[in-house]
Amino acid sequence: MNNLRRFLGVVWILLGPAAVIFMLSQAFAKIAIANTKVLAATDEATKALASAAKLNVQLQWVIIIGIFLPIAFGLIIFGLYSMKGEYDRN
Amino acid sequence: MSKKSESSSIFQVIGASSVGTLIEWYDFYIFGSLATIISKQFFPEEQGTAALLSTLAIFAAGFIVRPFGALVFGRLGDLLGRKFTFLLTLVLMGGSTFAIGLVPGYKTIGVAAPLLVLLLRLVQGLALGGEYGGAATYVAEHSPANRRGFFTSWIQTTATLGLFLSLGVILFTRNSLGVDQFNDWGWRVPFWVSIILVIVSIYIRLRMHESPLFAKIKKEGKISKNPLKESFSNKTNLKMVLLALFGAVMGQGVVWYTGQFYAQSFIENTCKVDFEQSRTIILWAIVLATPFFIVFGSLSDKYGRKWIMMLGMLLGILSYRPIYQKFLDYTSPALTRENVAADKCVVHPSIASIDPKNNQKLFVVTKKDSVYNDGAIFKYTSTDTLYLSEHIGYSSEKHASMNVVLACNSLNEDSTISTKYIALKSSLKEGATASGIDTIQVPVQKAGVKASIGVEKNVGSGIFWAMVFLVFIQIVYVTMVYGPIAAFLVELFPTRIRYTSMSLPYHVGNGVFGGLVPFISTLIIEYTKTAENPTGSPLAGLWYPIGIAAVCLIIGTLYLSNKIDEDVMDEENEYIHN
Repeated sequence: MNNLRRFLGVVWILLGPAAVIFMLSQAFAKIAIANTKVLAATDEATKALASAAKLNVQLQWVIIIGIFLPIAFGLIIFGLYSMKGEYDRN
Repeated sequence: MSKKSESSSIFQVIGASSVGTLIEWYDFYIFGSLATIISKQFFPEEQGTAALLSTLAIFAAGFIVRPFGALVFGRLGDLLGRKFTFLLTLVLMGGSTFAIGLVPGYKTIGVAAPLLVLLLRLVQGLALGGEYGGAATYVAEHSPANRRGFFTSWIQTTATLGLFLSLGVILFTRNSLGVDQFNDWGWRVPFWVSIILVIVSIYIRLRMHESPLFAKIKKEGKISKNPLKESFSNKTNLKMVLLALFGAVMGQGVVWYTGQFYAQSFIENTCKVDFEQSRTIILWAIVLATPFFIVFGSLSDKYGRKWIMMLGMLLGILSYRPIYQKFLDYTSPALTRENVAADKCVVHPSIASIDPKNNQKLFVVTKKDSVYNDGAIFKYTSTDTLYLSEHIGYSSEKHASMNVVLACNSLNEDSTISTKYIALKSSLKEGATASGIDTIQVPVQKAGVKASIGVEKNVGSGIFWAMVFLVFIQIVYVTMVYGPIAAFLVELFPTRIRYTSMSLPYHVGNGVFGGLVPFISTLIIEYTKTAENPTGSPLAGLWYPIGIAAVCLIIGTLYLSNKIDEDVMDEENEYIHN
């Protein structure tokens, strides 16, 4: 069982950056969609609304990624400890 | 002390701690439960800055400020004591909740309104971050080792009962005042109620003594000088913080949010069950399932914390999709069509309202009630936009007391012309028909542009109770993962840094992983949208809680120990596996 714990440490180490990459790709995709709406706006009123919506989307993702980065980092550390046998049982 | 007086003393401790924690949850949830009304009052969508502040209020309060509050108040709790700290959090929470109920709306004070609400919401998040760890630690440090799961499980009921209380007070106020009054000002009442509850709770808590374990280490001069540093830079303790987060609290957080908030949102927004009935379903399920917090807390004293929590997660993983599919089946018009009582169905006369900015544009609302043999009523509201070829010369003042009916000549696709009779909104009177004396005849230039159909369903009693049962099952999973978790966390950390160490993983697990359930689920549903299925797969959103719970189940099963720590007074962190 200790071997399995150590092996899974690698999985947790990889899962941290994978989650961050996924989140970043989502953020870029959603911000790009919001940006398209700004560019497609024909009148000033629609453009102002679309710009506010874009800013809103950016803010959401900045908060989510900002809080998720340390968690992903924590998962990497957890994986490292696990790989080094820190969670092995006697 | 005799066994009887010891037991009565611990129940005093539980009572005093639980009432305060219950109120804190109540305060936190009423904001969420009234989010739609609050956003109209303070965060109008057409105002860019206000909408931005709304995002901050929702996201920042849950994701950033809660864990931050855990650090700030956890540190205070380990330095100054449990009693002082959770009195402080209670005052902050109660004060900010009451103040939200006093803030004038956006129409009155402009952007200052959303700014004030945001500030107060952040104070709420901060206070919540500090409350739970203190209450759980306080009760656990008073409990005998062999009954720690049982006694701390009372604290665990408070989060769910706080939700119950918030929904109950909202429904009661709404029914007492009526929907219009409630939407206008009555929504403030649940916020004002908070101050009474908080005063009572502060009075009770002031009479409590400091935790005996904390008082002992304080007397011996063994309290931590820097709890934050000890908690997170000490490798032995950091290992436990990470294990608590990824092996228990992360999964518990998503199971908790899915079983209660996601269920309510799904029933109301996806299944389109009406406001009152969707909340009543949750209320019944909470009432029936709440005792199980105590049952599983108590069982964890006998069988260990780990396997009960892991079983709760496993059952959630296996059954969420079938349960939510059942919700869809029960409320699907297609699947229940054979039960329609055709003779009782009603199509109401169409009613038009003129766009105030353009009196050639009419919004035509047609309502249809489908009545079912089991007593269910599905109310459909379709909204059409008609563009008239000329101004209709209608004056709401002039026609306010008259029975006005529009006769719209609209061009059909086959080039024929048909006449549609529509009652005008401000002249609504019983029996407004085409034979009304003030008929205005207007040709339609364009019709049926962007028709939208809204549905509001009142399910029959059989389906109502079936839905209560399905939510009840989910809340039982919540009780399995959440009932033993306070005892589990308390036993993982030493007294001198317990408040800080257990608060952070708890609020990251619940605030971040749990709080993200609606956001990430919506994101996943968007992936399933196609041209053929523009609304996407409604069940796809469940992959987020299922995935997180699955990872947590693997980590918890392999890395956690099921051993119960007999001595929470340990001064050094002992890895409980060994």
